[in-house]
Amino acid sequence: MATYSWPARDKSSVIGKSHDRLDGPEKSTGAAKYTYDINLKNQLIARGLGCPHGHCKIKSIDTKAAEKVPGVVNVLVLDHAKPGSEIQWEGELLAVVAAESEGAAAEGVSKVKVEYELLDVFVTDEDLAAAEAAGRTGKGGGKVVTVNEPGEADDEDEFAENEINRLLKESKHVVEGYYGIDVITHCCLEPHGSTVEWKGNSLTAHLSTQNVSGTDDQFARDLGITADDVEVHCDYIGGGFGSKFAPDYWSIAAAKIAKATGRPVKLMLTRDQELKNGGNRPSGYIQVKLGADENGVVTVWDSTHWGTQGSTAGGVAHGVIPYVLTPPNYRRVQTTIKTNAGPARAWRAPNHPQACAMSQTAYDDLARVMGADSFDIFMKNIHTAQGAKPEVYAEEMKVGAKLIGWKEKWHPHGKGPAQGSVVEGLGMALHTWGGTANQSSCHLKVYPDGSVESFCGTQDLGTGTRTVCAIVLAETFGLTIDDVKVNIGSSKMPNSGASGGSTTVGAVSESHRRAGQDALEKILALVATKLEVEPSSLEAAGGRVQVQGNPDKGLSWKAACTLIGLKPLEVTSNYNRGDASTLSSSGVGGVQMAHVAVDKETGVVKMKKFVAVQDMGLIINPKAAESQIYGAVIMGIAYSLFEQRIMDPKTGAFINAELADYKLTRLGDIGEIVVELYEPESERQRGVIGLGEPPVISPGAAISNAVCNALGVRVPVLPLTPQRVLESLQKAGRA
Amino acid sequence: MSPNYKKVRVKLMTERNKSGPKSGFSRRDFLRGSGAVAAAAALHAQTATAVADDPASKVVSGLTDLELNVNGKVHKVKVEPRTTLLEVLRYQLDLTGAKPVSMDGSSGASTVILDGKPVMASTTLAITCKGKEVETVESLSGDAVPAAFVTHDAEQCGFCTPGFVVAVRAFLNKNPQATEEQIRAGLNGNICRCGTYANVIQAAVAVVKGG
Repeated sequence: MATYSWPARDKSSVIGKSHDRLDGPEKSTGAAKYTYDINLKNQLIARGLGCPHGHCKIKSIDTKAAEKVPGVVNVLVLDHAKPGSEIQWEGELLAVVAAESEGAAAEGVSKVKVEYELLDVFVTDEDLAAAEAAGRTGKGGGKVVTVNEPGEADDEDEFAENEINRLLKESKHVVEGYYGIDVITHCCLEPHGSTVEWKGNSLTAHLSTQNVSGTDDQFARDLGITADDVEVHCDYIGGGFGSKFAPDYWSIAAAKIAKATGRPVKLMLTRDQELKNGGNRPSGYIQVKLGADENGVVTVWDSTHWGTQGSTAGGVAHGVIPYVLTPPNYRRVQTTIKTNAGPARAWRAPNHPQACAMSQTAYDDLARVMGADSFDIFMKNIHTAQGAKPEVYAEEMKVGAKLIGWKEKWHPHGKGPAQGSVVEGLGMALHTWGGTANQSSCHLKVYPDGSVESFCGTQDLGTGTRTVCAIVLAETFGLTIDDVKVNIGSSKMPNSGASGGSTTVGAVSESHRRAGQDALEKILALVATKLEVEPSSLEAAGGRVQVQGNPDKGLSWKAACTLIGLKPLEVTSNYNRGDASTLSSSGVGGVQMAHVAVDKETGVVKMKKFVAVQDMGLIINPKAAESQIYGAVIMGIAYSLFEQRIMDPKTGAFINAELADYKLTRLGDIGEIVVELYEPESERQRGVIGLGEPPVISPGAAISNAVCNALGVRVPVLPLTPQRVLESLQKAGRA
Repeated sequence: MSPNYKKVRVKLMTERNKSGPKSGFSRRDFLRGSGAVAAAAALHAQTATAVADDPASKVVSGLTDLELNVNGKVHKVKVEPRTTLLEVLRYQLDLTGAKPVSMDGSSGASTVILDGKPVMASTTLAITCKGKEVETVESLSGDAVPAAFVTHDAEQCGFCTPGFVVAVRAFLNKNPQATEEQIRAGLNGNICRCGTYANVIQAAVAVVKGG
């Protein structure tokens, strides 16, 4: 078996070069077929009925009038909405109507008659006292770490209380802060859903999913069939961000209706249903006390935080608080809050963006109370950084500072020059993520005519997965990416893990490099025999298989492949998550810096410049990597300045669940964004590490810190809406 | 969002749509009486508004034959008064480039060009397109804009991309020498959740520079 490895930087002809994504032309001309676009002959269009109440009991549900609507073919009441059932949030689907057209389906939905018994509603997750009074809180766990350990006779909690208080009292500088970040939704532009079709007892599900290989058995389980009778298919997915790992009950309902009617069924959530049911990110609010020595080195952290993930207990996991910068003594306590809101799902870098925004804001406030430079305070504490190596963060900080002009533009908090009512500020934050490669198998065919084709049950979430597969194979065989045909997107292809947690680039790099090297080893052996040389003396490069250092002695790739025989050479190679490998690893660090302008009269925050410096090990396709970081920063600007789920406290209604009201970043809001791919040899040698999550983590803290630097006043809760900016200024007497 | 608020907003959007070019065909004649058809709230309101405006309009309801000029070809389609242009494109003509992201038109994902002007196919009733020329993203396959989107990687998941491509095309048709500043100010009708805006700006600037 081959020893798997990557070529050195100067020996790489495809890896590390910028490539246009292979499916770019399909996407930009509308030819790419997403789940929503797949129209099957004779299909029905199905639509769900969303519950209009935040918390209620179903008394009765009557579908007769809906069934009589012209064009309506089938109405299904969902199991969780049968009479007597309790519904926990507004928008939960109760019934599905399948019809000949969208209009008929919508009309049918409007005719389903439901009687409700209204129950108490609680949605104000920021208000901890109200949550306690309503009996909605629970213990979420916590942790205490102190340098001094309790004696045998000491009560541990009491010791911790005394020790933390002593350390705070002895601290030269103390920050007492309140910070928070509201619930946001995934808001995938292609809503959740599927188009499903039965052939006998076999189901084909065109599912909008980031888990092609892992959803066939979920369909099978819920439909009482076996996984071999299910094919999940997804060539293109219109956004997932951590919310599309399962078929969900609505796709199961579509399959049931398809079975009952003998017709294909398309069921996609409507926009408001998508925002209410399709996933959201838990909120987090925190009270922090932080103590530092005379140099600004933090010695103690004491925090209690709370938030909601919907109607089940949860929130921001306490394990990542304080975030990255971790003083030697800390205590963290988490309280969970149950609300009448849709269930949270993994949102790009689960827990990290909230933890960063709730932690590194306090470090910036330390700079504010000390009148110190925030960059210096972060640097003085960088030795306590976790996740990536402290020296990686430190180097990235220096790179970032240069790119944003930190030294020239920095001023103490609130002390910058004003242009009319507009003040400017700088802020920074740092982040880490694992990004371990997921399991992945690749089946590879090398044909006697030299063509190369791969099969892998992975998916392209928009990150350029197809292109990664092609780059890795092309590099391995000394070809170009156009010489390689990549097949992904079906559960009938070799299993490959879900795209979640920045695990896909590592996964497919592993499986495709392994399959490529395994196949190449066989081809080199054939060529070696023909040329009467040692296989180890051969290389595949520049469209040839040749003796290393002697390109004249060799064969063209095509001629080499004729030696395979009449049938294609086939190999299947697998990587199991967690296996030690020289091809991939985990643990990256990133630094981001924001430059903002704030109008003190209107409260409007504008992005001037944003710098993102990111380590990701070995970079396969710099162009796609850059795009992903741009995107993450823009998503970060959304949750920092615009985006929030707004719930009506009385009815529990999600009142801004349409895109006109659910504010996202628009093209004119982004300012200048500078991306720096950090790839020194020391980090490149670690191999491939996932990139999807890390760059979306820091924007909240970096932008909040920049606004604080501009105003000299902390606007505690993200997003930093004009209203919140003005309220904070007013409270501080600076309006 | 309360139903009433929704209606008010939809009405506003309808007014915006109405400011587009008029054909000889009267939408009102076609729509009269169809307000009784229970449609999606948006279209219901749009229909009701049109009917209320003109007491002399005549009744049309149920399925009607319609000839639609899409990408230079005349297609025979069947529409109800409530059928949107987007539904016809996607379900009858299999032109699925324009996307159903927000039925109120606030995402720009269903942008098509109608008689030279960008409109949202999701908030345009199909019957109002009689006698007009509809251009969809599928007609732009040889155009510089989608090519620049590829070169500048202005697409990730790609679901917003066709709408964005059409919006950029329409914007540059009107402003062929647009500066970067004008591009940043003029293309705020489209939402991209993956965050490709930085790349879209580069792509649009490149198209201007390329001719």
